[in-house]
Amino acid sequence: MSDLTDLTIAAARDFLAKGEVSSRELTEAHIKAMETQRGINAYVTETPGIALERADASDKRRASKDLKGAMDGIPIAVKDLFCTEGVLSTAASHILDGFTPPYESTVTRNLRDAGAVMLGKANMDEFAMGSANVTSHYGSVKNPWGPKDGKDLVPGGSSGGSAAAVAARTCLAATGTDTGGSIRQPASFCGVVGMKPTYGRCSRWGIVAFASSLDQAGPMTRSVEDAAIMLNAMAGHDPKDSTSAPIETPDFTATLGQGVKGLKVGIPAEYRMDGAPDEIEALWRKGTETLKAQGAEIVDVTLPHTKYALPTYYIVAPAEASSNLARYDGVRYGLRVEGGTLDDMYLNTRAEGFGAEVRRRIMIGTYVLSAGYYDAYYLKAQKVRTLIADDFRQAYETCDVILTPTTPSAAFAIGEKEDDPIAMYLNDIFTVPSSLAGLPGISVPAGLDAGGLPLGLQLIAPAFDELTLFRVAETLEEAIGFDAKPEGL
Amino acid sequence: MSYIVQGETGDWEVVCGLEVHAQAISKAKLFSGASVEFGAEPNEQVSLVDAAMPGMLPVINEYAVEQAVKTGLGLNAKINLHSVFERKNYFYADLPQGYQISQYLHPIVGEGTVVLDLEDGSTREIGIERLHMEQDAGKSIHDRDPRRTFIDLNRSGTCLMEIVSKPDIRTPEEAGAYLRKMRSILRYLGTCDGNMEEGSLRCDVNVSVRKVGETDLRTRAEVKNVNSVKFVMQAIEHEAERQIDVYESGGEVVQETRLFDSGKGETRSMRAKEFAHDYRYFPDPDLLPLRLDAAWVAKIEATLPELPDAKKNRFMRDFGLSAYDAGVLVAERETAEYFEAAAEGRDAKQAANWVINNLAGALGKLGLGIGESPVSAAGLGKLLDLIKDGTISSNIAKKVFEAMMETGDDPEAIVEAQGLKQVTDTGAIEAAVDAAIAAGENQVAQYKAGNQKIIGWFVGQVMKATGGKANPQTVNELLRKKLAG
Repeated sequence: MSDLTDLTIAAARDFLAKGEVSSRELTEAHIKAMETQRGINAYVTETPGIALERADASDKRRASKDLKGAMDGIPIAVKDLFCTEGVLSTAASHILDGFTPPYESTVTRNLRDAGAVMLGKANMDEFAMGSANVTSHYGSVKNPWGPKDGKDLVPGGSSGGSAAAVAARTCLAATGTDTGGSIRQPASFCGVVGMKPTYGRCSRWGIVAFASSLDQAGPMTRSVEDAAIMLNAMAGHDPKDSTSAPIETPDFTATLGQGVKGLKVGIPAEYRMDGAPDEIEALWRKGTETLKAQGAEIVDVTLPHTKYALPTYYIVAPAEASSNLARYDGVRYGLRVEGGTLDDMYLNTRAEGFGAEVRRRIMIGTYVLSAGYYDAYYLKAQKVRTLIADDFRQAYETCDVILTPTTPSAAFAIGEKEDDPIAMYLNDIFTVPSSLAGLPGISVPAGLDAGGLPLGLQLIAPAFDELTLFRVAETLEEAIGFDAKPEGL
Repeated sequence: MSYIVQGETGDWEVVCGLEVHAQAISKAKLFSGASVEFGAEPNEQVSLVDAAMPGMLPVINEYAVEQAVKTGLGLNAKINLHSVFERKNYFYADLPQGYQISQYLHPIVGEGTVVLDLEDGSTREIGIERLHMEQDAGKSIHDRDPRRTFIDLNRSGTCLMEIVSKPDIRTPEEAGAYLRKMRSILRYLGTCDGNMEEGSLRCDVNVSVRKVGETDLRTRAEVKNVNSVKFVMQAIEHEAERQIDVYESGGEVVQETRLFDSGKGETRSMRAKEFAHDYRYFPDPDLLPLRLDAAWVAKIEATLPELPDAKKNRFMRDFGLSAYDAGVLVAERETAEYFEAAAEGRDAKQAANWVINNLAGALGKLGLGIGESPVSAAGLGKLLDLIKDGTISSNIAKKVFEAMMETGDDPEAIVEAQGLKQVTDTGAIEAAVDAAIAAGENQVAQYKAGNQKIIGWFVGQVMKATGGKANPQTVNELLRKKLAG
């Protein structure tokens, strides 16, 4: 048997089923890996006690042939944005100091109900605001592919801890959340698979809200098949979330292995950016050629409003965030910094409790919703958002799936771009448009840059067509055969 | 009816609009399943959603929507099949989310009308601008501790219907009548209990003044939390006078929020416009737009009870009641139902008089509502039957009624037990009449001299002698006959 921490979920399930390994053994191996890899700071909270308890329970179920579901006994990491019952849940923010919810988010509840074993809470950008995992109150996460030229690299963000944890083999998979690219971009930077489902596929109940109309949970794994297996356990209609789609959840593994013959893959001209590194272009071309070689038809599509996506996103998301984060006021839970008056208490608590990037976005959001600016910013942004969604709708009249790079570059060094928010925001240039349109997207590791760092390709499918997305992604993954690993693993 | 304030510079009229906040009757809150019962210990009825815990999401309470639609239909208003919940953002310790979920640009109910029943029996229509649904805030309790404020979130998230009138109200009396009528309609519909003391019906008043003859509206002040009919009327009077004074001393009224001090009977500034909150309304991304099915609305419409206006018209038409009497009877659904039960198959006007005067008076003294009346509608009906069939006189009936109020006993039993049956035996009455005439030489002389009124003295004597039980008609007939002879 190969190294227990280097398995896919699918392979681990087989070993468990054959009785060649127990969930306890699998879990202990990962607890050990978590300890060994503490240097990358992928976890805010490790929960080995809970993990072993759940692993033993899984083994017991297996012994009595009473398995819970498709993830039974599989050790995973959970992004700290998910509220987990009885376990510190902080969204990597100082303001949620000591916050231990008495409830379990629907997605992590679903995973528990499927038998998954939680190893710990993954580090992330504070309130999921960031693209480099440098805004966490618990410190930056280091990309396991680094250091490079003596410098530690960012894992991407905001699900940087989840991506790093999966890449460093400290868990078989992790949950992430994606608002403008927060699953796909760190997946690309860390050489793992990251999948954002259609908005409404997974319940947002119990996930600390960043931007409600965009936030969506998804799996981060080491294979496309694993992502489909894990999404099966995560997704489903939830009456507690009014925006959760009241539709049947298909078996997301159903189309795996079907290949891409007869499918049309759209290549959007607008994603060809001036000044983009050649290797990004080359990677995109490689992806295109690969799918063509597998029998897909390549078609040119146009998404004319792409260039407005980033500014639109940076109005809509902060606007919602400025309101969503108003509840962190020091009155009921988390951090409170006293003051002479109620207003002083608010000011002191929120000034100390929120980091610089969160404060920046609250201020942007407050500004764009203010009287006299609402029409020019928020309302205009909503109109552009509709146009962007229409772009995709029209493109899908001529193609089944769209292929783009995931990010405009590979991982960069910690400290870079930190004094230039716009440069930082540009990381999400390829992921934000589909987020605004609510579409499912996946990043598949597809190659290495000149410096040996992983790069991902993104596939985007029509709303609720995850089956096509997984089918194409798996074909791309198989054909490219990416098998590089961070050094030392 | 007009309400003109004579100022030094001329005559002024008052222009008012009312914003009524009615707590919808529902077991659960607007967006959470927590109970809304009054009187629980602080913070006992707070769900994770109401406390705005991280990651919690609102889910609309369908019954609350039904109540809002029902109310809209009762106000003859347009039901908007598409409406939107928005967030009204502001910080306060008893507002856990840091925003109130409300409706702003697209309310669930549009324009409607309310008919006022005024003192003189006339009616007047007041326009409804809109009704929207929103969450209530919690309560800040400042008076339990000198340095600290306590927060009770039991009320947090409760469903309010904010009903905004057009600026059609011109007098304090109309404002009072509007609030009474609104309360009456809500109670008929069963969508709000109308309890102003417990705060389930609250009112803000928008007041402006203008010179008689002006057609444009001048700047208004919003007077907050005026929570009784009396206070609404007082607040308007005082606020109008204040504004007239400001104009007449050369000043300008500023748009501001004012608080009514019921102790001092005056309004004072809470915050001026320049300090007004910028609420940064935007559609709540946690909630989809509310879409109603026209058939669903029609189904609710079919369940509406007969409302006060229709009932009043029917009482006037079918029972021949005056507009005033009918208006009084229909103000409370229980009173109207009581009256109808008592009047069934009887003299309706007589029944109306008994309900409006005797019953209401007696209940008022005891501080009881009509639902708690010791005299049932059936009991009052029986009493009316005893008058009608001559068993007792109207005067004796009042005595019997008093006994009924005290004991709750059946009127027939009381008449029997106390021997109050009317005497119609002419022989016995004749003897008493003869005795009275014999005793009243003087009075007989006066009567013969043309003083017809003196007959009352003889009636009194006869009644005294018979313990009030003599049939008054027989007494009168006999007296006239004998005095004439």
